Amino acid sequence: MHEDARLDGNAAAGLLSELFTPEATTAVARCAGCGRTGAVGAAEVYADGPGMVLRCPGCEAVLMRFARIRGRLVADLRGVGTLTF
Amino acid sequence: MPITRGFRRRRAEPPEGAALPPGQYLTDGFPVLSAGPTPSVPLDRWRLGVSGAVDGERGWSWDEFRALPSESITVDIHCVTSWSKLGTGWQGVSVDALLDGVEPLGAYVMAHSYGGYTTNLPIEDLTDGKAWVAFAYDGAPLEPEHGGPARLLVPHLYLWKSAKWVRELVFMDADEPGFWESLGYHDRGDPWREQRYQGD
Amino acid sequence: MSSAIRATDRIVAWRTATIREVVRETPSATTLVLDVDGWPGHRAGQHVDLRLTAEDGYQATRSYSISSAPEDDAVAVTVERLDDGEVSPYLVDEAQPRDELELRGPVGGWFVWTADQGGPLFLVAGGSGLAPLMSMLRHRARTGSDAEALLLLSARREQDVLFAGELPALGAAVTITYTREAPAGWAGYARRVDRDMLAEAGFERERRPRIFVCGPTGFVEGVARELVALGHDASRIRTERFGATGG
Repeated sequence: MHEDARLDGNAAAGLLSELFTPEATTAVARCAGCGRTGAVGAAEVYADGPGMVLRCPGCEAVLMRFARIRGRLVADLRGVGTLTF
Repeated sequence: MPITRGFRRRRAEPPEGAALPPGQYLTDGFPVLSAGPTPSVPLDRWRLGVSGAVDGERGWSWDEFRALPSESITVDIHCVTSWSKLGTGWQGVSVDALLDGVEPLGAYVMAHSYGGYTTNLPIEDLTDGKAWVAFAYDGAPLEPEHGGPARLLVPHLYLWKSAKWVRELVFMDADEPGFWESLGYHDRGDPWREQRYQGD
Repeated sequence: MSSAIRATDRIVAWRTATIREVVRETPSATTLVLDVDGWPGHRAGQHVDLRLTAEDGYQATRSYSISSAPEDDAVAVTVERLDDGEVSPYLVDEAQPRDELELRGPVGGWFVWTADQGGPLFLVAGGSGLAPLMSMLRHRARTGSDAEALLLLSARREQDVLFAGELPALGAAVTITYTREAPAGWAGYARRVDRDMLAEAGFERERRPRIFVCGPTGFVEGVARELVALGHDASRIRTERFGATGG
């Protein structure tokens, strides 16, 4: 079933630039869930809700979650084992 | 910061006399907001459960759930992303009916969904006619993108508390934050008191 | 130390962008040519975040692909109007020269093609998904790259084809398929992109093309699936989904 509003990790590039100095979409993320590695740009992004969620394209586990709470960016990166820039 | 000439928020006009919670705007659509892919749950494997800090765990298959008494309700819904929709029609089983004969031993509930989503609520916000597990919207079976086959519906709180694809209500002694709450969204989420974020 | 701080500011900062020119491309799409303070240049395929602020302080932020070549003297984004959108109707129908927006970018280093990467290049666009791919084609033309390029464009009707006048002059083979209504006398494709069309209009997998697919999410996911089914290497396929659109 396709998800009409799903985006690529590329769509998170602007938000990630608030967090990381080097370009983050070309960084390679290791999923803490299944161990799969891939470019952040190839992650699945769900951005319509109260925050933005990046998921592993292999196992669908949450890699990163973001919300803007009173204007401050809150980042939960526990779904990423390592990020290689 | 530059003002963009002529740009304004897109919104519908509220009907005469309709009151919206603070910071909310009317929508004429029904936006689909999600944190992940739409789960696909065949009805013959669907299950709804009540467990955790309760005296008397229970569960229902789809047929058992649909055999429970249900009601039609018309309610307003409010999303924390600031859109509101008035007069939405649902059909569902009241959470009071699900908890009939169950003795809660904890004061908080974590709703768990197929797909992994969670949201926490105080038990008072689920009882006394305030919450349902809804299986139909606008006269038709609830579509998967809107939470079908069944979702939690708690219209007096922000819509992120109305967990789509609900599968389990787990009672807890102590409050624990769910998916959005652990990032900083409010543990209760009353739109009339604009409880969007922790500490509001 | 201070130069590291300046580099960070350059990436993260919201800058003021002033509209220099408004070009109506189709009944539903407009190109905005922007002057941006301190614009660092971009690579083809990147996008920008635009932030609009209303008089009451309400802000809305959206991402738009850069359609101009890195070699051009101004940065341009091409926006398609979503009927129930909040920002795109304003940008397409109301924005005027001298209007100001805020811009962050360029961002998105993963969906990028530079001429030195070479080809062959297979570009598949759904509607306004052509915007970032146009930046790639213009970059290819401006740099005199000899990389072979094939473009497959899906459009609803002839009037919806972006950059129609320029497409034949880019030195790339362009295939168009019309999905709602083909022009009178049209002898080409008139259906949704499918596996056969991708095989006929694209490179064989043995050529190992770099493939970029852009457009609505459903379109992109379907095309990517069919390309993999045709035997193309998934790691050479890059996608940019635009999310849900009117179809």
